[in-house]
Amino acid sequence: MSKILVIGQHADGKLNSGIAKVVNAAKGIGGEIHVAVFANDGAAVAAQAAALDGVAKVLVVDRAGNDDYVASAIAPQIVALTQSGGYSHVLAAGTTSGKDFLPRVAAKLGVQQVSDIMAVHSATSFDRPIYAGNAILTVEAPAAPAIVATVRLASFQATGAAAAAAPIEKISVDAVIPGHTRFVKLEAQKSERPELQSANRVVSGGRALGSSENFEIIYKLADKLKAGVGASRAAVDSGYVPNDMQVGQTGKIIAPELYFAIGISGAIQHLAGIKDARTIVAINKDPEAPIFEVADYGLVGDLFAIVPELEAKA
Amino acid sequence: MKALVSVKRVIDYNVRIQVKPDGSGVVVDGVKHSVNPFDEIAMEEAVRLKEKGKLTEIIAVTVGGAKCEETLRTALAFGADRAVHVKVDDEIQPLTAASALAAVFKKEGAELFFLGKQAIDDDAAQTGQMVAALLDLPQATFASKVEIDGGKATVTREVDAGLETLEFDLPGIITTDLRLNEPRYLKLPDIMKAKKKPIEVVGLGDLGVTAAAGLKSVKTANPPKRSKGVMVKTVDELVTALKAKGLI
Ligand SMILES: Cc1cc2nc3c(=O)[nH]c(=O)nc-3n(C[C@H](O)[C@@H](O)[C@H](O)COP(=O)(O)OP(=O)(O)OC[C@H]3O[C@@H](n4cnc5c(N)ncnc54)[C@H](O)[C@@H]3O)c2cc1C
Ligand SMILES: Cc1cc2nc3c(=O)[nH]c(=O)nc-3n(C[C@H](O)[C@H](O)[C@H](O)COP(=O)(O)OP(=O)(O)OC[C@H]3O[C@@H](n4cnc5c(N)ncnc54)[C@H](O)[C@@H]3O)c2cc1C
Repeated sequence: MSKILVIGQHADGKLNSGIAKVVNAAKGIGGEIHVAVFANDGAAVAAQAAALDGVAKVLVVDRAGNDDYVASAIAPQIVALTQSGGYSHVLAAGTTSGKDFLPRVAAKLGVQQVSDIMAVHSATSFDRPIYAGNAILTVEAPAAPAIVATVRLASFQATGAAAAAAPIEKISVDAVIPGHTRFVKLEAQKSERPELQSANRVVSGGRALGSSENFEIIYKLADKLKAGVGASRAAVDSGYVPNDMQVGQTGKIIAPELYFAIGISGAIQHLAGIKDARTIVAINKDPEAPIFEVADYGLVGDLFAIVPELEAKA
Repeated sequence: MKALVSVKRVIDYNVRIQVKPDGSGVVVDGVKHSVNPFDEIAMEEAVRLKEKGKLTEIIAVTVGGAKCEETLRTALAFGADRAVHVKVDDEIQPLTAASALAAVFKKEGAELFFLGKQAIDDDAAQTGQMVAALLDLPQATFASKVEIDGGKATVTREVDAGLETLEFDLPGIITTDLRLNEPRYLKLPDIMKAKKKPIEVVGLGDLGVTAAAGLKSVKTANPPKRSKGVMVKTVDELVTALKAKGLI
């Protein structure tokens, strides 16, 4: 039977919302699921992980500095725990932090990482996207010594709440942590809006907005719809909005119920981020824009006229 | 101080990928290839550091078949001083590529290694981190700003929450994000000069690397297709449609 270690990534005392999806992917593999919380003081985060359905046990590794999730410090602890615990699988959410530390774990264990699994066929067989999601590769991974994989969050539902909380165990791991890398700071964008990756509705703006002032109409529509806000790379590169709002192959991959692409042409790299959106609405003045090929509802016209009207009527 | 920059040959980002009907992969023959865009950014960053006097030599490296020589010529035109071609004829997996790259880094006594954050074909985004792990060196992935000073690197990283800054003691590994810089256009004289720069060809065996066992490709398939929806004429029509579906 598989023994699966899920890395319980967190920030500001909160378990990452993607972990409930990773646990669901782990349930698809089948076996005993443990969540490991590496933190300065992991008690609060561990309690959140223990409340997820499917979790058999939560392991807490407290160490000053773990909250910063520096890859070279976290990876050796995960490697040590994987080996001492005899885990067959190590899974992390495919967030920027999971993508940062997990390949380091894989290399230390001497295995290839399966990146961005989007479907589980068996304990050793998975689907993953390649070429910006324009092809899906089914891979078979060797079972030994362990399977190391990041999970594409847009592909899995969250597991529910457990009937009874799983036991929490404080442990220590035997790992050498190098001192060569130091966390300096995190400049996080504070926003009252729903988080892009878990929002039910997302409104995105592109290059056509022309300036950060003009982007206000996107925020206003989003607030009316209680939606998260995203952007194309062109809008980020032009400085209209910060980098963490980029949707696409090299930005965030999202799966909202409703997605608005406003003044976005629909380049394959952008589409890679919204393939799993349930309903796509496109607003663009060019009737030939590729975004209309994938949109469920298309409206041709000037966004500066359409968006305020939509905000008023929605 | 020497820097290593890896460059990978990939299908050009403008090409519409075609999955082979038998599911054995995607069509690569006769399709335009170019340098992985993230690797051009890696090259550009190294060249800028050299122009600022922070680097003495830039070595480009690739792991792949004969056609990857073109890729190395592009890197040389960007400003690499010389190149190393780790020649392999079979498809290789990231851990093998990483082992080869790590071996070259060590052999050259380089102190900085720039890689792309991901290759746009396999999208695995893991090679740089694996190199760092194999060498037990620091890593700063998804870099959007790099400063090198006094034996240290200060790197701003694009992360889900915003921008993170890390500092590490050299030597170390940096993987590049899109906003780190805008690669220059190559000029003809540079392309001509690149033809005369040396490329050293080595095999995996020369580096003491054996190909790691890896993932087996079972099949490659097309993603589920989204069908074209309906065009609405007015905002009212759109609002009515979305309300009818309970979406707003
Ligand atoms: C059957 C089969 C199945 C595979 N399945 C998977 C899988 O499920 N998951 C997976 O992650 N990979 C898989 N691959 C491996 C992938 O094809 C690797 O060949 C590749 O070496 C590294 O992955 P990447 O190109 O995505 O690199 P990334 O890690 O995305 O590349 C990052 C950077 O590393 C550098 N780099 C990477 N490779 C080279 C190179 N050859 N030469 C120079 N620089 C390089 C470049 O700077 C690049 O920008 C599979 C391969 C095979 C044969
Ligand atoms: C390696 C690589 C990775 C990339 N990763 C990403 C990624 O993750 N995400 C991403 O988004 N892009 C990514 N890109 C960039 C991508 O190729 C496109 O360049 C980008 O998505 C274009 O953004 P855009 O649609 O806003 O701009 P444009 O393509 O310039 O489109 C603007 C659109 O606005 C319309 N328009 C103009 N004025 C109006 C108006 N008044 N009213 C209505 N419509 C109007 C135009 O008709 C046009 O369709 C990547 C590129 C590369 C090479």
